[in-house]
Amino acid sequence: MLALKSLSKHFGGVRAVDGLDMEVGKGEIFGLIGPNGSGKSTTVNLICGVFPVTAGEIRFEDRDITRAAPHVCLAAGIARTFQNIRLFGHLSVWQNLWVAQNGMADRRTSGFLHRWFAGSGRARADVERLLEFAGLGGKAEELAANLSFGEQRRLELARALAAKPTMLLLDEPAAGMNMEEVAQLRERLMALRDDGKTILLVEHVMELVMGVTDRIAVLNFGQKIAEGTPEEIQNDPLVREAYLGAPQSAGDGHA
Amino acid sequence: MDFYLGLLQIIGVHTILGLSAYVVMLTGQLSLAQAGFFAIGAYVAGMLTVLAGFHIVPAMLVGALLAGVMAFIVGFPALRVKGLMLVIATLAFGEFVRLFFFNFDYQISKGGISVGPLGGEGFRQIRFFPENGWTSLDVMLFVWAVVITVMAALWWMDRSRAGAVLRAVGEDELAAQSAGINLTVVKVAAMTAGGFIAGLGGAIYAHYTTHIEHLNFGVILATFAIAYPILGGLSNVFGTLVAVIFIQGVLVEGLRFMGDWRNLLFGALIVLAMNVRPRGLFDERVTALLKGLFTGRGHART
Repeated sequence: MLALKSLSKHFGGVRAVDGLDMEVGKGEIFGLIGPNGSGKSTTVNLICGVFPVTAGEIRFEDRDITRAAPHVCLAAGIARTFQNIRLFGHLSVWQNLWVAQNGMADRRTSGFLHRWFAGSGRARADVERLLEFAGLGGKAEELAANLSFGEQRRLELARALAAKPTMLLLDEPAAGMNMEEVAQLRERLMALRDDGKTILLVEHVMELVMGVTDRIAVLNFGQKIAEGTPEEIQNDPLVREAYLGAPQSAGDGHA
Repeated sequence: MDFYLGLLQIIGVHTILGLSAYVVMLTGQLSLAQAGFFAIGAYVAGMLTVLAGFHIVPAMLVGALLAGVMAFIVGFPALRVKGLMLVIATLAFGEFVRLFFFNFDYQISKGGISVGPLGGEGFRQIRFFPENGWTSLDVMLFVWAVVITVMAALWWMDRSRAGAVLRAVGEDELAAQSAGINLTVVKVAAMTAGGFIAGLGGAIYAHYTTHIEHLNFGVILATFAIAYPILGGLSNVFGTLVAVIFIQGVLVEGLRFMGDWRNLLFGALIVLAMNVRPRGLFDERVTALLKGLFTGRGHART
């Protein structure tokens, strides 16, 4: 579904992503982990067209999106969330979704006037359903900036879904969440997979990654050092070394 | 009485000018080109009524359309830069327009006298209103019919998805892009709409003053244009109207005895407003409060 072919991004002399090959299959939850600064977020930003690619290729559903701008990527079917939440703070909760609904699905089925100047009537049913899913029922009229941190994370997920994407890129969606919230997020991700969505999950919270993903790739210094099922990754000596340092000093740590 | 009718005309035209900047500002851009678009509307509409014998309404629409086209053309290169660079770029365009009209001569002879723009001398005798027997009251009503039309259109736009999208771009460009919004399309569309609206204002201005010259369309006017929405806030179009009434009605007219010192006060007021109320006098909280007051429900959200 999504294929990265020897993808590279250099910032000056820094090789943030260095010859990355990766393939995410349809309907998969694919984990992307690695220590801080290993190139995970950069990879997400490359896929979404935020940074220009230095070398390599990105293909999505057999389409070359290497040089596609962020809005073009969304129209192709890839929606994302951000590591540091980026909502439209002074818009209301439901308007945050309304903006994104102008994404791919509507674009094909409705005319210019309808897309831009129709009132909120028809959009509203979809919005209510998404807010319910995100646990934000009853919050529709609040300003996004006034939501709690956890609610803002959920709103960002709902906004990504509002564009009716086929694939989701989630950049550390569990950062700053407590155990209960992580469990809820896990259930939401499972529900989304059952719904047929493909998910690329960048995450530090191992309980979530190991519990929910089908396959995992591990980055270190911009290169992939391992790929496999959660069990394979947990027992991989290279991964342990990357996270915990050289074996002799690491003891019996869990990655 | 005529003084107050004249004041109402000024307030109306400046409201249109302020709203032209309001549209652009919704997308987070600060444009100092609005006085330039205003000038294009003024000169084009004036030439159409004086030289070609048009009625004011089609002349105004053509002037506004041309201003809109210019805004569209300027929008593409200008909106590639952001923040301070955009301010400089649009300022340069505004001065370019002003200097163009400073050098622009196009006169024809009508009934023995030459009419039309004459460079630094300005463009005199734009006499559509007196020639057709419009009273000051008629002119004032016409101005406000246009003001109300523009305000209603923007009010409606604000409540449609387009309004939410413009505001989303103003809040966070990367998030907006990632939500599927084509920034170039949205920003250029806002710029074009802003140019069109400024052109409407300029067209009316040219006809009620009957005499325009390049100096009318300088940096001061461009600053006024952005000052209104900055002061009034971007919650809705009424903030701009209230700001115009305050600045033109109270500051400029009420403090006329202070002479040019008023401008100093005006500058101080803008600085003060930006510091004390960075989202304008009518920010989200005040708007919600007023809404609660008028609908009789006291649950203003903060």
